[in-house]
Amino acid sequence: MIRRTASIVAALTGAAFLLAAVPLNHAQDKPSKTLKIVSSLPQTGSANAQTTSIVNGIKMAIEERGAMVDGFKIEFEAMDDASPQKGNWDGQIESANAKRAIADPAVVGYIGTYNSGAAKISMPLLNKAGLVMVSPGNTAAGLTKPGLGEPNEPAVYRPSGKVSYFRVVPADDIQGAVACEFCRNDLKAKKVFILHDRELYGKGIADVFKKTAEATGVEVVGFEGIDAKASNYRSLVTKIRAAAPDVVFFGGTTQTNAAQVLKDLRAGGAKIPFVSPDGTFEKAFIEAAGKDSVTKEQGGVYITFGGVPSEMLTGIGAKFVKSYQAKYGEIPEAYAVYGYEAGCVLLDAIDRAETKDRAAIIAAVAATKDFNGALGTWSFDENGDTSIRTMSINTIEDGAFKFVRTAGGAAKAK
Amino acid sequence: MQQTVAAAEFLAACALSRVDAVGGFARDGLLSSQEVFTQQLVTGLSNGMIIALIAIGYTMVYGIIELINFAHGDLCMLGAYFALTVVGALGVDQWAGTGGIMGLVLVLVGTAAFCGSLNWSINRLAYRPLRKASKLSLLVSAIGASFILVNLGLFWGGLPMDVFADGTSSAAPKAFPALVSAAPAAQIGDVIYSRTDLLVLCVTLPLMVALTYLVRFTKLGKAMRAVAQNPTGASLMGIDVERVIGASFFIGGSLGGFATVVYSLYNQTVSFQMGYRMGMDAFIAAVLGGIGNLPGAVLGGILIGVIRSMSDGYLEARWTNTVVFGILILILVFRPSGLLGAKLREKV
Repeated sequence: MIRRTASIVAALTGAAFLLAAVPLNHAQDKPSKTLKIVSSLPQTGSANAQTTSIVNGIKMAIEERGAMVDGFKIEFEAMDDASPQKGNWDGQIESANAKRAIADPAVVGYIGTYNSGAAKISMPLLNKAGLVMVSPGNTAAGLTKPGLGEPNEPAVYRPSGKVSYFRVVPADDIQGAVACEFCRNDLKAKKVFILHDRELYGKGIADVFKKTAEATGVEVVGFEGIDAKASNYRSLVTKIRAAAPDVVFFGGTTQTNAAQVLKDLRAGGAKIPFVSPDGTFEKAFIEAAGKDSVTKEQGGVYITFGGVPSEMLTGIGAKFVKSYQAKYGEIPEAYAVYGYEAGCVLLDAIDRAETKDRAAIIAAVAATKDFNGALGTWSFDENGDTSIRTMSINTIEDGAFKFVRTAGGAAKAK
Repeated sequence: MQQTVAAAEFLAACALSRVDAVGGFARDGLLSSQEVFTQQLVTGLSNGMIIALIAIGYTMVYGIIELINFAHGDLCMLGAYFALTVVGALGVDQWAGTGGIMGLVLVLVGTAAFCGSLNWSINRLAYRPLRKASKLSLLVSAIGASFILVNLGLFWGGLPMDVFADGTSSAAPKAFPALVSAAPAAQIGDVIYSRTDLLVLCVTLPLMVALTYLVRFTKLGKAMRAVAQNPTGASLMGIDVERVIGASFFIGGSLGGFATVVYSLYNQTVSFQMGYRMGMDAFIAAVLGGIGNLPGAVLGGILIGVIRSMSDGYLEARWTNTVVFGILILILVFRPSGLLGAKLREKV
């Protein structure tokens, strides 16, 4: 409520400034020399720490260029796609954000979303309007890759028939497989129990995990969607105990109750490894889980991530982490560098585009080749996916994430 | 008497050193189907008793002023933040022995007093001025109060305290320290009756007995029943109706306070959004048992807990809400006033 009131006040103030600015522009009779980039990320709820650091990353990308590209001034606005009622992304707000961005002629780039489920809503809207979308966080495979999601994916997100959605983070077809391979080889799991949160992202990665497990001879003793709002999962834990798996995999995020599942497993006496994807790779997960349930003695927690953690970055990435620390006084959350990279690649495309209209900028982003960025040197493929496939496995020690090893770098998934 | 026995039993359980009798279960072999059933029943009963305690708060207020107090779940949420703050200020992260019992009682009573007073104040500020207005305005006022409480919780989570992660992320769910360990208090085969399960029983049962005594056998209880039946008549008999309504809000709120501490110790998570689910489950329980009826709320709560648990265990977890609401609809079709609810007489 407070946030909403604040944003209404901000919007009114913004509108007042716009009204004041319009006659001025007319008087000078000059074309607009300002381009605007917006972001749409869930900033009300427990993902806030993560998404704030993504926004900081985007801001740093813009500031590094002095907020100017090719003689055009770059403006930035961070929009929130979560509601206090949900504490998580809200489809209605995401749709409103996309429509607002489309309606503002100065907007040439849309950075978002964090949740794959939210992307599903804004992707077709932005595609139809011909506005480029660069995601720092969506990993659901079906968003871009044909044959991995629903039969109508990804065409349903591209009503114009053209690719206008790009992501700087590797997708879940790689992550789910890497997680399963880790369970089989490192944790020596013969039987796994798979849980998911029934969202696009969580269910998607759980499906990939299941498929990989079945293909590699790991027995799947359970596959179940949970109620992400339940107060506890004790009954489910009894079911898991009866199935006696070696590992529990949870496809979901901190916001869909990953920490509660973990705590109830431990409370039910299940001292087996808990493996979850990058949606739990944030400090909020460790805080919610509490220090007792994450220890190795209790079975251990392992988290896969589509890249390497901030402190393992090299080159431009390491430089970014250093200046982030200098500016904000803390090590950035894992996704900050993806915000930075999304900002950089978008600004680079705006720079290369001949005319600064939306269509030219989409073409310029699509043409990104051998981009030398914070994540390494990479390109966008014909689906809008990054060519990077490096993953990392992380664990939790002494209340902080700890890097275990990289994975999946060589595997070339279809 | 009963309370003393329960407390002694709990003391004995806490005095036991923390033994982890259950290792990685993968080596223990499979649970038999009877063991699975019993374990699900234990879980269902514990969850159900927490729901029941919250449902009493709903049903008491409804019984007296016919208001669905939508702020009740969020009141409990705020109570959990209060309890977490107290625990953080005391600086404990493990309770054992007599000191542990004292601490537990302190937090329970403190939170109950906090929730009771808050509920009383909400009644005074948001509901009492609307007593003569239509029931709908009262309902809207309750929804407004619920929003205010949720946002207070959001704000509270940002306090610079250790237990709130130094306030870095106000909206994130907070871990409630495992003050009562989940180690088994009793174990038969592979069925675990944990200390947290015992805690739920030791807190809720005496409270329910005490409440029954209060409503049945005390002067205040008699006054409450009189106001519920006919407020005008009660006031003509010299009963201070507003005082009785205030007392009901206080008692309902403090039971919510007890429930929320037990909930927090049982689930070890506190979040500003937990009130919605707590309130919703309790509301369904109250309706199922017959809203306005105290034993009905308890029966409804325990039923909801057990149904949820069985559905999670034997069907798939994603069907649980469907099952719960399906049963609710069925019962309301055949018994519109709930399981124990009396037929409502039209008030003239």
